[in-house]
Amino acid sequence: MSAQVHTMRSDASATRRRLFGSAMTYSFLVAVAVVYIFPFVISIITSFKTEPDATANPLSVTPHPVTTTAFHQLSADNDFFTWVKNSIIVTLSVTFLRVFLDSLAGYALARLRFRGRGAAFATIVAVMAVPGVVLLIPKFLIIRQFGMYDTYYGMIVPLLVDAAGVFIMKNFFESIPVSVEESARIDGASLFRIYWSIVLPMARPALVTLFILSFQGSWNELAHFIISAQSTSLNTLTKGVAQLASGQLGSGNRYPLKLAASMLMTIPVAVLFFIFQRRIMNASEGAVKE
Amino acid sequence: MAAITFDDVTKTYGDGYRAVSDLNLDVKDGEFVVLVGPSGCGKTTALRMIAGLEEITGGQIRIGDRVVNNLPPGDRDVAMVFQNYALYPHMTVAENIGFALRMRKVPKAEARQRIQETARVIGLTDHLDRKPRQLSGGQRQRVAMGRAIVREPQVFLMDEPLSNLDAKLRVQMRAEIARIQRQLSVTTVYVTHDQVEAMTMGDRVAVMRKGVLQQFDAPQLLYEQPANLFVASFIGSPAMNMLEGTIEADGCRVGSAVLPIPSALTAFGGKHVAVGIRPEALSLAAGGDRPRLSGRVQTVEALGPEQLAHVEVEARPVLATEVLEGLVDADDAHELAELVDENRATVVARLEASATVRPDDQVELAVDVRRLQFFDLDTGLACR
Repeated sequence: MSAQVHTMRSDASATRRRLFGSAMTYSFLVAVAVVYIFPFVISIITSFKTEPDATANPLSVTPHPVTTTAFHQLSADNDFFTWVKNSIIVTLSVTFLRVFLDSLAGYALARLRFRGRGAAFATIVAVMAVPGVVLLIPKFLIIRQFGMYDTYYGMIVPLLVDAAGVFIMKNFFESIPVSVEESARIDGASLFRIYWSIVLPMARPALVTLFILSFQGSWNELAHFIISAQSTSLNTLTKGVAQLASGQLGSGNRYPLKLAASMLMTIPVAVLFFIFQRRIMNASEGAVKE
Repeated sequence: MAAITFDDVTKTYGDGYRAVSDLNLDVKDGEFVVLVGPSGCGKTTALRMIAGLEEITGGQIRIGDRVVNNLPPGDRDVAMVFQNYALYPHMTVAENIGFALRMRKVPKAEARQRIQETARVIGLTDHLDRKPRQLSGGQRQRVAMGRAIVREPQVFLMDEPLSNLDAKLRVQMRAEIARIQRQLSVTTVYVTHDQVEAMTMGDRVAVMRKGVLQQFDAPQLLYEQPANLFVASFIGSPAMNMLEGTIEADGCRVGSAVLPIPSALTAFGGKHVAVGIRPEALSLAAGGDRPRLSGRVQTVEALGPEQLAHVEVEARPVLATEVLEGLVDADDAHELAELVDENRATVVARLEASATVRPDDQVELAVDVRRLQFFDLDTGLACR
């Protein structure tokens, strides 16, 4: 009897210790989440504040009064639509072409046997290690040399292939069973047909990942657009908002306007992510007996 | 339909490993040939060379009258069924089956009709709109078969197509494949490491070891007249019992027993040989004058219609590499050799279910001397 009571007491004490441990862990995680999310929340709330309110209470989470003036100002601004248009043109071109070209390069590195394949892949991995900012001046010089400065070409072409994308695609292609491709070869498919009709559909998870990363990367790109174009007519959202933030387009701090523009800028990436995250799934299921 | 000919075909990989050595093989038009052997024997490499998935280092492969050494796989008019099915996961069953027709630009109406006909042959008419992930293992295997059938190729190549199925389904599909092959009369090369599949399905069976063809014969001939120690050990389940013996004037001495020998073997007088005894050539001695081996029963496996008695007899087991490799993978062969007592051999006797034997019983096993096989221990070849 006393042994039973002792066991029940030690069980209760262990449960209490477990609950306390969980409470501490969750408190820490919530604190980290708040620190992470807070700037974003402030950004959204400030875009609905008046300018005096935003200046007087920059960290207040309750706008007094709630206003959409900043959004109206943006919609009345022709420059803003030019930025949106440029961002869309550049981002869509870069995203679709990058996914295509990265996957082609990844497939070649994963499956084709050619001299220098190892060296090519090693170079790509090495490029990944170089900080982007180091390449800005060489990129600028090359863009100038090719006569692409201050054109869409200069903004798009240098972004079309990226080492990380090729790396991701190569590794994914290597996980696809070779026998599926061999089967297609025996069925009479050409190399490009195998890539296009068999391998790409099976690589959907990697393609979706690359699509999101490319879209996000080119939509949020700033440094490259600064060195590749100077005309205001070629400003993208990032460049335009950056100029807003540095006070070039008006006087005062204009926090609501700047943060409204920033918020609108994040919407496409967020929407894209929510649409595509559900599509990241195993596309090879059923191909081979595992 | 076409014959397949291997003329001195060799495959050496970049690292110098020779997977297939001077292979000569003639597969007749419409024949079902099985390539069998342990892992690493070169059977799959040989099959992949027919398909064009492996380059040929030396020699020549012909399909019909054409030398196909340098033809790409799609131009060889062969269809292949892979061990792991290799289906296109994003396509439906109908699209999987019809993919090769699409590549060959077969008119849509004809393709539809051929897909339907194939689906009927493989029994998947109701599953044409499903994706591979919605099918069972057996159904996926049938789709893989269907993909081969619809092409109406000159040659079917099958690379261990049943090894991923469970035992019951394997037996069912074995009969199914044999039926389809007979129905279509397409020349078929089938690779397996399962000798039961090899024996039951093939018109002829090619046994390979370390890239070298050991014997190419009808299944029954392989079983009854193996050309060497390896084939004798590899073909048959349970494996042939191998005991060391010495040819003497009055017969072959095995332990304390003397077994009569065919007259042709007198030429081997004084030679050490391996004596091969199939399990069904041993029976419980009940009178009669058949030569006998006596020993102690170790274990008895009751299989229903028969039982297998493992009996330890006084004789030297044959520990030649060929024998051990026929029983287990090459890597395990040396390990096994170290575990075996050199003076006590365990033989397996296939006995009637009604025979009363129990572990530790002392028994006398009568030997059917007409079914004995003798092998030269120096060369490993059958003494004939």
